[in-house]
Amino acid sequence: MKRNILLVCLLLGLAAAVGADSTVLLNAAGATFPAAIYTKWFDVYHTQHPSAQINYQPVGSGAGIRQLAAGTVDFGASDVPMTDEQLAQSKVKVLHFPTVLGAVVPSYNVAGVSGDLNFTQKALAGIYLGTITKWNDPELTKANPGVKLPGDDIVVIHRSEGSGTSFIWTDFLSKVSDDWKNKVGKGASPNWPVGLGGKGNDGVSGLVKQTPNSLGYIELVYAVQNNIAYGKVQNAAGKFVKADLAGVTAAAASSKDMPDDFRVSITNAPGAAAYPISSFTWLLIPAQIPDAAKRDTIKAFLKWMLADGQGYNEGLTYAKLPQNVIAKESKAISLIQ
Amino acid sequence: MSSTATTFDSAAPPEAGPRAFIRRLRHGDEVAHTITLVFAASILLVTSTIVYELWTNSHLSRAKFGWNFLWTRVWDPIFDNYGALPYIYGTLVTSAIALVIAVPLGLAAATFLAELAPRRISDGIAFLIDLLAAVPSVIYGLLGIFVVVPLMRTVVGPVLKRTLGFLPFFQGPNYGVGFLTAGIVLSIMVVPFIISVSREVLLTVPRDQREAALALGATRWEATWKVVVPWARTGILGSVFLALARALGETMAVTMVIGNATVISASLFSPGNTIASTIASQFTEASGDLYLSALIELGLVLFLITFILNGLARLLIVATERGGQHA
Repeated sequence: MKRNILLVCLLLGLAAAVGADSTVLLNAAGATFPAAIYTKWFDVYHTQHPSAQINYQPVGSGAGIRQLAAGTVDFGASDVPMTDEQLAQSKVKVLHFPTVLGAVVPSYNVAGVSGDLNFTQKALAGIYLGTITKWNDPELTKANPGVKLPGDDIVVIHRSEGSGTSFIWTDFLSKVSDDWKNKVGKGASPNWPVGLGGKGNDGVSGLVKQTPNSLGYIELVYAVQNNIAYGKVQNAAGKFVKADLAGVTAAAASSKDMPDDFRVSITNAPGAAAYPISSFTWLLIPAQIPDAAKRDTIKAFLKWMLADGQGYNEGLTYAKLPQNVIAKESKAISLIQ
Repeated sequence: MSSTATTFDSAAPPEAGPRAFIRRLRHGDEVAHTITLVFAASILLVTSTIVYELWTNSHLSRAKFGWNFLWTRVWDPIFDNYGALPYIYGTLVTSAIALVIAVPLGLAAATFLAELAPRRISDGIAFLIDLLAAVPSVIYGLLGIFVVVPLMRTVVGPVLKRTLGFLPFFQGPNYGVGFLTAGIVLSIMVVPFIISVSREVLLTVPRDQREAALALGATRWEATWKVVVPWARTGILGSVFLALARALGETMAVTMVIGNATVISASLFSPGNTIASTIASQFTEASGDLYLSALIELGLVLFLITFILNGLARLLIVATERGGQHA
């Protein structure tokens, strides 16, 4: 009997606690690349708006899309825009909202070379296709006058696991090389014609550091945070550009024809200052959210993310969205109903 | 045995009738029987659930590729074309290398610890070995990256090329990562299993077996090698197959050192990939339905390989036991 009374008291207490505290709990899952900034945003937003709590699981873009399509999370996140096929199969209608920008840079380990190497678009495509195999190939020596490149084989390194970074890299290669587009294509884990796979940015940069005469690709964020040297890449205007946050934002701003659903690739963007291997990363928000409290919280968060949120980007070495994209997104928030 | 016996013998036929049942219940037999039966059945349940889930979820891939899945050499998620052969090859090759290294090493170490070493030293080392068996595989992967890979590239690889370079296994560029490195890291991982189990088995060989051999004039080595080890054969084989099972299914450590390329090459220096490592690498970003289904079918293939090898192991045990009786 005593125990029953205790139980009733406990239940009543619990009910009171739930009633008094109208916390809106949102679950999200997806891309690993923006996980650091998302965690920061959700944390800061929660301290400023204690009633909103957002849990983010960085399970990978593909898993994020699957979970959203199955309706097991409130919203998703992806480094790769959803394909038409995925949108058609999804149980919920999905809207894309760009949040930050990332870039991918070539990193290398060549004996006797200390300065920044220049990579033409043809050189990168040829090396990853396996048609350019030596460091002293004319395509590389022409672009690097004054640098003595060895005659050794290039050890090509790519990501072993499916990743948005590989998607951006292969998206760029598909745009600059028809051979690449037809033989390999763009995707998170393509069928690499040559090379070794390393797990994650740390795996790739570890292999590059350990293996003489190797070339790999890593995220700009990772390269900057770990002081890893990386090369310049030729952009659509023919200029060799070294990736930095301003160059990435410039690439995003120069793509004038932003579609209404924001599913756009900005690799090989026009403009002399644009860094050619960069991309948006997106939050995937359902267009219809029946729960009013959740809907209002998501909309309020998106507004905050486009204004105050962008201020946290550069501290964590993510590039800010350009003004024209922010303006367009602010309007698109009203599509969430 | 007469039915008036007051003690219960598990070999006696069970008595019929409710009173007998209650009597057995009171003595705990029936309870123990039921509980152990449920636990044994749960293993059957888990196994069949795994097979059922793998089978139904790989439906798309099975319908599209059929048996070709097993001998197609392409794995292309962009053009949605999948074949498991490079990964089956990688799984079998790395596990074989691991066993070729680990079995002689583990067996020799177990023999020394059980037969020759003083008991105190033997127990101390056995404790360390059990500790090794509990080290998480990611630690072995790190050991592989920081120790085995550089060693392979600068010392072991060049030496093998110079001495055995005429064999196709030791030709081609040596990156430090690849089948051989993965096999070596796996062998380091499975050796504790072989030593630990084999040592226990060797220790259970009855003392009079040894003494009989010695009394017949055998040297200590002959008694160990010709009497004690054959006596423990079944248990030692069991330890080897436990090691094989771990090598087949290992994911993390292999991913870190195998080079992760979809390649079939006779050269052991070549980068490759295994089934378990491929599933772990690609599952999170697998977006298309067919892609996911093909990855699940890879899991089914790994299950099948394990099943076949375990079956062969049983046959081997039966065969050697029969051979032992004839000898």
